[in-house]
Amino acid sequence: MEQKDLFKELGEIRLLMEKSSKFVSISGLSGVLIGCYALLGTLLGYYAIANPEAVINRFASGLTIPTLFLIVALLILTLSLLTGCLMARKKAKKNKQSIWNITSKSLLFAVSIPLITGGVLALVLLSQGYYHLIAGILLIFYGLALAAGSIYTFAEVKWLGILEICLGLMAVCLPDHGLMLWGLGFGVLHIIYGFIVYKKYES
Amino acid sequence: MKLDLSLYDKIFENRVRLQIMSVLAVNEEYDFNSFKEVLEVTDGNLASNLKTLEKEEYIVVEKSFVDRKPNTKYKRTTKGLKAFENHLIALENLIKQQYK
Repeated sequence: MEQKDLFKELGEIRLLMEKSSKFVSISGLSGVLIGCYALLGTLLGYYAIANPEAVINRFASGLTIPTLFLIVALLILTLSLLTGCLMARKKAKKNKQSIWNITSKSLLFAVSIPLITGGVLALVLLSQGYYHLIAGILLIFYGLALAAGSIYTFAEVKWLGILEICLGLMAVCLPDHGLMLWGLGFGVLHIIYGFIVYKKYES
Repeated sequence: MKLDLSLYDKIFENRVRLQIMSVLAVNEEYDFNSFKEVLEVTDGNLASNLKTLEKEEYIVVEKSFVDRKPNTKYKRTTKGLKAFENHLIALENLIKQQYK
């Protein structure tokens, strides 16, 4: 066997190991979009805190501010999931891969455990009135989910996760800045991450 | 220096078999259809090479049913992983040899 062939063979093995164990159809641009939704939500949150009566009277009569926050958060979550899935499907189609395969299943399973735990915990805190902890808890558990799922996708996801955890811990320590840190974590970090992935893998 | 070929594994001379083992080296388990998708080979080719690896006890087969459809999963054995690692070392040695 020629040396060139040997190198090629080893290179192909490496590539196959990557391809078979990592889900790379996550779109960078969807990260940017999701970040924008979160930033919009944060702005809305600031507006609602600054003018609670105006917001409640105009948009949501009979609701309390925490319930309004919950609705906005769920709206952002739904919109983000939808954007992420649709754009991943498009990217997978372009690369002639299926979106529902063995790696995407592993990824989903790894991510869902911390994510569901964090979600339930946030709802419990909400119902018991510990509002100041929620932003931090959401960031921390989201970061843990990313770190857990990162072995099945881009290496950048691990760093995104670690940064989200750091912001979350800060938010728990500084509850007055919770909303700002939430906006930084879910908004700004997603936009930066999306750009990096887009530049590195898609353009 | 004499070339040491004791680590070189004839089983892996076949490309598909080497590819199957590469996938199983990094994945706990893998199913038939996922193999087909990632390796881009025909059913027959894939099945016969999986059979060879199974006979060598490099992989184990687990048959089950999901929604009444057969779902066959493959896993590496310790023996298979060792053979695969040795084979990679042999390939690396071959490259080093040619540098001298």
